[in-house]
Amino acid sequence: MALEHADVLRAAHLARLGLSDEEAAHYQDDLGRILEMVDQLQALDTEGVAPLAHPLDTTQRLRADEVTESDQRDRFQRCAPAVEQGLYLVPRVVE
Amino acid sequence: MHDKTLTELAASLEAGEFTSRELTEHLLARIARLDGELNSFITVTPERALADADAADAARARGEAGPLTGLPVAIKDLFCTEGVLTTAGSKMLANFVSPYDATVVERLKAAGTVSLGKANLDEFAMGSSNENSAFGAVKNPWDASAVPGGSSGGSAAAVAAGLAPAAMGTDTGGSIRQPAAFCGITGLKPTYGRVSRWGIIAYASSLDQAGPMARTAEDCALLMNAIAGHDHRDSTSVARGVPDYTEELGAPLAGLKIGLPVEHFGDGLDPAVEAAVREAVAVYESLGATVREVSLPHTHYAIPAYYVIAPAEASSNLSRYDGVRFGHRCKAPSDLIDLYKRSRAEGFGEEVKRRILIGTHTLSEGFFDAYYKKAQQVRRLIRQDFLDAFEEVDVLMGPASPTPAFDLGAKKDPVSMYLQDIYTIAVNLAGIPGVSVPAGFVKGRPVGLQILGTHFAEQRLLNVAHQYQQATDWHLRRPELAEETT
Repeated sequence: MALEHADVLRAAHLARLGLSDEEAAHYQDDLGRILEMVDQLQALDTEGVAPLAHPLDTTQRLRADEVTESDQRDRFQRCAPAVEQGLYLVPRVVE
Repeated sequence: MHDKTLTELAASLEAGEFTSRELTEHLLARIARLDGELNSFITVTPERALADADAADAARARGEAGPLTGLPVAIKDLFCTEGVLTTAGSKMLANFVSPYDATVVERLKAAGTVSLGKANLDEFAMGSSNENSAFGAVKNPWDASAVPGGSSGGSAAAVAAGLAPAAMGTDTGGSIRQPAAFCGITGLKPTYGRVSRWGIIAYASSLDQAGPMARTAEDCALLMNAIAGHDHRDSTSVARGVPDYTEELGAPLAGLKIGLPVEHFGDGLDPAVEAAVREAVAVYESLGATVREVSLPHTHYAIPAYYVIAPAEASSNLSRYDGVRFGHRCKAPSDLIDLYKRSRAEGFGEEVKRRILIGTHTLSEGFFDAYYKKAQQVRRLIRQDFLDAFEEVDVLMGPASPTPAFDLGAKKDPVSMYLQDIYTIAVNLAGIPGVSVPAGFVKGRPVGLQILGTHFAEQRLLNVAHQYQQATDWHLRRPELAEETT
């Protein structure tokens, strides 16, 4: 499946990754070659094969529905770029 | 003392030949002298290391020393370490001081080890040469013009150069085994779920696994005893008893059934590497093992399947780096979207962006079935290949990498770099354990023998590796570092 310039820009936008037109052209080249390599998968007949999401045949364990976390907001916000009164600061979203 | 194994160092500490403080001071001095050139550490933590060493010496004086008390280790800078810079080799996390310890780090501390610092790696563990680190490439201690392998390249180089007797690595597609092979040390990737991933910065969560890197299989067994086991904070960690990994090391190998996958001896394999590996297999025959060829028919599809699954998981895992809660934030964003886009564009390196883009593309509407679902179907076939092979044989053997360490800067095209991982990558898709052990040299650069076992066969793998190391001395060879000879 060929990769268009617009596909790269679309993926970059979905991934919230700033990309100039020139960079997109550069990545289009690389990604095209990677997808070409990946396209070898299409040669394999996988009809009726169940997808494998996890290498072990285990099921998710459940724990008791109890509060186990304590409030550590101050500690975890110490590594944030901008906080005020316990809130993360971002540019204005709502006018 | 920097040439000794963990096992030997533990005996010396116990015999009072030297203290953990003396050992730690010696290694810190070596790091200060030699690592400027090698670049195997991103952060060295001398004060913490000496405090750990003093605590270990005090514990020993009280008669409370365990098998790892006072032994220094390096930690791949992908493990969160409380109060210490944790960068993942990325500009994105260049200022990130972790507020907590990874489970592995916590367990190593509880075992009394001394943490020397954080080892260099490919950014977010994405790479096979350590050239993708935002903190510069690492040099191979055996040959300064060669890469150390990746992504745990700093961990492998630090051990090979005698800067640390052991290190922690992670392996998503070969990132413990390939650098161990390139640097002439022993590296074990455990079964998926055997070691907790909690606090390890995530790359591809259905493939990531942590493991030990050291000089010998015996040392890897000691470290596994400390780090393996269930962790309620990692829902994929397996609730299953942990054996004493040192217990079976001495078991004789008579009757061991070895399979050689024909696909691991095919096109692209350096004939000199093949010769070294076949010589290692002959050693096993002399120890009483039987050898036969087996087939892993879907091997050819492992790299394509991996480069759908791993980038897809990465694109999701790395969406957390948004410039809001931690990590790099761009200057003067005009709005929220600009904040996200520029913070991520500035913080991530080229290979990471490539994988985020591939993953986002293959998961996006209209492409999901053709790529992600298809790759997961192929993943099942790849796992079945291994399960079928282990019906016939006890372990599989082959080269860890098709070539010895390549030159720095030699692989400019991403696909040619990806193809390096042909023998290691399927192992992560199947979730089985694998170990690489030193098995010779080609033009002065080490060759690694990869040994694979079925799920949870770590004890057997370490036994098989240890017996080889009783019969050979490749693992005892040490590089001559340029600075030491002058």
